[in-house]
Amino acid sequence: MAGMPGQGTVVQAGLSKGSEDLMTASAGATIDVVVGRADIVADQVVSLVLRRADGLPFEAWQPGAHIDVHVGDGLVRQYSLCSSPEELDHLRIGVLHVPDSRGGSKAVHALLPGTPLAISAPRNNFPLRESRRYLFLAGGIGITPIIPMLEAADAAGKEWTLVYGGRSRKTMAFAQQLEDRYGVDRIRVVAEDEVGRLDLDQVLAMPRAHMLVYACGPGGLLGAVEERCMGWPPGALHTERFVASTLGAAAANAPFEVELARTGSTVSVTNDKTILEAVEEVGVRVLSSCRHGLCGTCETQIISGEPEHRDAVLSEEDREAGEIMLVCVSRAAAGCPRLVLDL
Amino acid sequence: MTVSTHEANVLGEDPFETANLLDPYPFLGLLRDAGAVSYLESTGSYAVAGYQEVYEVLTDFETYISSGGLGPRDIRKDSGWRPPSILESDPPIHTVMRRALTGVINPGTVRALREPFTPPAEELTEQLAGRERFDAITDLAEKYPLRVFPDAVGIPDVGREHLLPYGNMVFNAFGPENYIFKQAFAQGDEHAAAVMRNCQRENLDDTGFGAQIWKRVEDGFITEQQATLLVRALLSAGVDTTIFGIGNTISVLARYPEAWARLRENPKMAKFAVDEALRLESPFQKFHRTVAVDTVLGGVHLPAGAKVLVFLGAANRDPRKWGDNADEFDLDRNASGHVAFGMGLHQCVGQPIARLEMEIVLQQLLQRVSTIEPDGTPVPILHNVLRGFESLPVRITTG
Repeated sequence: MAGMPGQGTVVQAGLSKGSEDLMTASAGATIDVVVGRADIVADQVVSLVLRRADGLPFEAWQPGAHIDVHVGDGLVRQYSLCSSPEELDHLRIGVLHVPDSRGGSKAVHALLPGTPLAISAPRNNFPLRESRRYLFLAGGIGITPIIPMLEAADAAGKEWTLVYGGRSRKTMAFAQQLEDRYGVDRIRVVAEDEVGRLDLDQVLAMPRAHMLVYACGPGGLLGAVEERCMGWPPGALHTERFVASTLGAAAANAPFEVELARTGSTVSVTNDKTILEAVEEVGVRVLSSCRHGLCGTCETQIISGEPEHRDAVLSEEDREAGEIMLVCVSRAAAGCPRLVLDL
Repeated sequence: MTVSTHEANVLGEDPFETANLLDPYPFLGLLRDAGAVSYLESTGSYAVAGYQEVYEVLTDFETYISSGGLGPRDIRKDSGWRPPSILESDPPIHTVMRRALTGVINPGTVRALREPFTPPAEELTEQLAGRERFDAITDLAEKYPLRVFPDAVGIPDVGREHLLPYGNMVFNAFGPENYIFKQAFAQGDEHAAAVMRNCQRENLDDTGFGAQIWKRVEDGFITEQQATLLVRALLSAGVDTTIFGIGNTISVLARYPEAWARLRENPKMAKFAVDEALRLESPFQKFHRTVAVDTVLGGVHLPAGAKVLVFLGAANRDPRKWGDNADEFDLDRNASGHVAFGMGLHQCVGQPIARLEMEIVLQQLLQRVSTIEPDGTPVPILHNVLRGFESLPVRITTG
């Protein structure tokens, strides 16, 4: 089908996103780290440098990856990595303090150098796919997963530009550093108090061949980007959406089980696998095409259980009805250990 | 940096010759084997038939543009027979139209069609199951899309008889102006006028895709002329292709009784069968793109302004992509990635509708028909760019 153009993972970016999610806490082994530096890098934004407590390097990760941070009292938050994947002696995250959050970002903002912390290994739901050209779009703290992407695209000699929107320069973390490093030709900072809001009609008016769009930011921005990218080639758009902490949605990949009602078997979906992959591994076929949540081909009926939709295809009504899901990207919701699917 | 190039292989064979239209596959094999890019003397265009090159031409919409038209003539120089459609446009004009269309036709809106689309398929297949023999084209494939699709668009009953002849004109015009083209255009003005009438807002019902496209005019997204052209695109592209898709699927399955038996046991696999049949017998076989700037493809220099004939149906049988059994139907094959609906910017918007129609018909047939086999020789249709049958007699058993 030619429809929706985007890969959408409803995962977290650098915002205080994520949720109080006990499933997440038990999802995998944690790594003990120590806060190395804590710097205010913009209004309400703190940058934390984390080093392993045992002094070893972190495992390799790819641009777009995030970590779980156990911020205490059972709270787990997900933050995108904004350091360089080339430098594994530390990880860096950027955290926006959200006044109405339930405590995650506040707890992170209170961290001082030397504080011990538990995190997960990096995971990636927003990988940078190979292409010839890239357009990066960031809204506010959504810049964080984009930063390592810029570095990778630049090192590979790709044609790329970043359009970075925010309320004002002083709220826009890393804007100045990025301009200094890559130049204003490639880094277009659009501060609302100076030049008005980001004009997406203009930015996305002209699709380019072999250009992927990577967008990260608040839901309103991404909705507007998705709408405009309907005129782009299917699959061009990749998004990562903040999950407002008040929504309580799980953002991490917790393991769960899927019962295949027709086949009569049950498969475990581990945190490194999609439902589609887990189901295919036991020899059950599901028609799929893009495998990125954007074409709708793998749409599957839900018999019971609650999904967490991570696709870019389903309407709000579909999501709320909870009767269908795209098994190539979507997962079980937090607190739902088992989905029963019509497979 | 210099790129070393060589000349395209020059082929004297004509893809639009009657024999090559009736049975395209021997010619397509020859074309694939001749090299990455060939030059066809008969049409004066370059030709690509391998999956890799076809994919490249389809996805690089800046180098291989559509505004030159999908036929052999460059409609930028030599205006076409009708105002250019979305298929014959490039960004940013294409972008506006595509965005409007995708907002109306997408998996969410198409899902709602399963309910109204099912009873006509039940009725048609129920009637046919009462007979030992029928013609899978005239008794089924031609009937079903005409029963459901015009309603989904919301056009009046009056004038529906012009849809098939009009589709025949539109697609045949992607080939040369040969006798097939001339035949298709014999009463062209009448068909075109009737279809255009049904694209007007006042002639569309309030709930169909047509009205929703016009709603985008009220919202200020597109112009009235663009809305007319988008409804026209649905009406011209949504009928013939689906008829051929249904017919071709049945033609394949009638030749593979084991696959039919497996599908009977597991009708959920119908959509895989449809996908593999679309790969093997792609309804839309070929069209042209226009080279916008001098470029190199597969080591061959292509000058700006040249036409490239893109053989989708050959890419879908390229052994380098699909393996040594590329010419066979394999229910277990993962056919995703086939280019039967195109690929990239201009990929078929109506794809979910076509797939839904094909799947419903096949599932209804599977429920009622235990075996299906050819009953005499199928008659392929003589068409410049579509692959399908005029007649496909089958013999069935039920139970």
